[in-house]
Amino acid sequence: MTEQMIDIRDLRKSYGNDLVLKEVSTTLAEHEVKVLIGASGSGKSTLLRCINLLEAIDDGQIFLDGVDISEVGVDADSVRSQIGSVFQSFNLFPHLNVLQNITLAPRYVHSVPKAEAIDEAMRLLDRFGLKDKADQYPDLLSGGQQQRVAILRAVVTRPKVLLLDEVTSALDPILIAEVLSLISELKGEGMTMMIATHEMGFAKRVADQVLFLHKGEIFESGRPEQILENPNTSELQEFLNALRDAGRL
Amino acid sequence: MTNRNKTRYAIAPIIAALVASLVIGVTSDIANATGACKAGALTTLTPGTLTIGTDDPAYTPWFDSNKPSNGKGFESAVAYAVAKQLGYSNTKVKWVKASFNTVIQPGKKAFDFDINEVSITPERAKAVDFSTGYYDVAQALVTTTKSKIAKAKSIVDLANAKLGAAVGTTSYSTITTVIKPKTKPAVFDTNDIATQALINGQIDGLVLDLPTAFYVSAAALKNGLIVGQFAPKAGSEQFGLVLTKGSGLTSCLSGAVDALRANGSLKTLAATWLGNTAGAPVLK
Amino acid sequence: MIRDPSAYEPSALRLQREESKRRVSYRSTLIALVSTSIIGLTLAVVVTGAPGFALVRQSFFNLHYAQSAFPHVLSGLLLNLRVMVMAEIFVLILGLLIALARTSRSPVLYPVRLLATMYTDIFRGLPLLLVLLLVGLGLPGLQLSWIPNSAVTLGTISLVLTYSAYVAEVIRAGIEAVNPAQRMAGRALGLTQAQTQRHVILPQALRKVTPPLLNDLVSLQKDSGLISVLGAIDAIRAAGIETAQSFNFTPYLVAGALFVALTIPLTRFTDWLTRKQDRARVQQGEW
Repeated sequence: MTEQMIDIRDLRKSYGNDLVLKEVSTTLAEHEVKVLIGASGSGKSTLLRCINLLEAIDDGQIFLDGVDISEVGVDADSVRSQIGSVFQSFNLFPHLNVLQNITLAPRYVHSVPKAEAIDEAMRLLDRFGLKDKADQYPDLLSGGQQQRVAILRAVVTRPKVLLLDEVTSALDPILIAEVLSLISELKGEGMTMMIATHEMGFAKRVADQVLFLHKGEIFESGRPEQILENPNTSELQEFLNALRDAGRL
Repeated sequence: MTNRNKTRYAIAPIIAALVASLVIGVTSDIANATGACKAGALTTLTPGTLTIGTDDPAYTPWFDSNKPSNGKGFESAVAYAVAKQLGYSNTKVKWVKASFNTVIQPGKKAFDFDINEVSITPERAKAVDFSTGYYDVAQALVTTTKSKIAKAKSIVDLANAKLGAAVGTTSYSTITTVIKPKTKPAVFDTNDIATQALINGQIDGLVLDLPTAFYVSAAALKNGLIVGQFAPKAGSEQFGLVLTKGSGLTSCLSGAVDALRANGSLKTLAATWLGNTAGAPVLK
Repeated sequence: MIRDPSAYEPSALRLQREESKRRVSYRSTLIALVSTSIIGLTLAVVVTGAPGFALVRQSFFNLHYAQSAFPHVLSGLLLNLRVMVMAEIFVLILGLLIALARTSRSPVLYPVRLLATMYTDIFRGLPLLLVLLLVGLGLPGLQLSWIPNSAVTLGTISLVLTYSAYVAEVIRAGIEAVNPAQRMAGRALGLTQAQTQRHVILPQALRKVTPPLLNDLVSLQKDSGLISVLGAIDAIRAAGIETAQSFNFTPYLVAGALFVALTIPLTRFTDWLTRKQDRARVQQGEW
């Protein structure tokens, strides 16, 4: 059996009295792309934040590339440096320009010399059509451009896995396409990804597997065409209906 | 009679009349003056009461226990003597607190006169009225036995000393114009802080007027000593009572002070309250 | 169909509106000028007509005493400058350290956090004058040979101790005002807590609190004169000495004018900085 890049076993997480994730188990193989769908509060974001140790888990285990990262005493900073994260609200550093945003982690976390870090960053920016924005500050970029920079910031250090949490939910519809296109390209290069999203069309295109979360549990999982056309559970059916009514399917 | 004799005899009564009127005029002036300087005739802040100002704290040996009204201490005694001279009994004297700045500010003051070791200078007299001086001031240098200037015998020995004085005093100008040390002097708000600085060794010596110097050396310092006193630069320095410029009471107060000096009261009071200040060598 | 923008001619309506606006603006300017003149004139008449005016002018605005006091006051001001510069440097350093101590999260640093909290509580509570007397007269009283004796040193130390507490709180407020998502983004990249603080949080925090920080520094500039209570002769003390000799208050006015001149550059800089940051915030949509 091939070693899974991410192996989650019986993950349990509550916020106070709220049980947000109940015994969630799933795996993510190298080069695989899994998409998480579900309503707000279903636990998608929490799951991603548990994987990169931004949240502490109550029970269960998480393995990254065979190593138990949920163990006590694990070097969380080192773990996070191997995982790339992109958030709904971009969270670019406003006091640094685009180039500085992207070279920060390579220089200070991975000890890459400055010149080399800049070269690598410029190469990425050029590849995705953002080269002329290199010395601009985030507040002058459009939402789509900011999010693409955020993604580049996360992948420039070649992480083992990339976590994307509703990265297009805050964007104007016109700008969503360019972000989704970047993510597709990353998939083409073999990036291992777990993506939480509302964009069903996109899910169909990139997902190797879709997981439907409902109230903290994985209700259904399977290939996108199968799950999205033929839901097995009534909860998934309701969710898909709601999306259809909102014109998002 | 010859014409010459007639003229002489004519002039004589005229001269006599002139002399008489002069004498009568002068004595009546005196009579009037003495009458005008009595309690009933004086225009004070509060009719019938003499309001006297001094600072808080009021220092020994000029006052006692910071209570000007107890009549103890040189200036308290002088104030009551002056008041009595003007016909105000002790119960008709009221004391108010007057900080240094309120004494020199322009405009009417909150007291009839202020007594607080204020030296008379011509420059200051442009801004306030002074009575005639009631005390001749000498400045002295006080220090501790372990200070580096304890054995100083002349002004030259003080060239490298860090000296201190209280702000607003002629003690400060004694440092800058008479002693002239190479180090800039330290200036303090009050004698208390200055004394503490001396105890701490932050200054080598403190310049004060002679009576205060003796008091500080004996009572406030553990091993205090007087290094010496200084001859005043030009003429003598005197303390005077301070009044609003152009006050109507100035001449009467001066008269009272003069009377006390003439009848020896000032000398007696100084001997009583300022004690034996002899024995301080003069530093040249 | 898109019209040719260069072929636009203002309509009669627009011209009419602009004419009205011009008239209204002209009228408001006129009113402003007239009302200011009236108030100014009234004040001038009231002040100069006051019975004591000549005396006050003689006492506070006397050119002769201003001239004679000026060199002494200026020399005192140099002391204020020295103390200001030294104190400002150390206040910023110490204030930053205390703020970092108070916002640290590691359990190892708990005693340091506690000490920092006690420090800010105590030194924001103690009046500066008290600190000056305790440090300036109390410490040398212990007669320990390594404790400095000079009024200027002890005075500067007192200023630093007191103002660091205020500056620490201002910086701390700045740190806590930075969006927590920023910290999350930094940690998610693998930056340690210290690295996140240094590269992500502090630069943003300090930019946020520059106006209140500069405000505290202006305040410090003025309080620098309080070291005179320990015997040093600063501008205000020099003015006081001159005043005591002449019984004229003009030297204090000279000192006041010099102090204002000293703080104006800093206050104008603060205003400019605040305006610049406001513009940036509007663009970012923080309003």
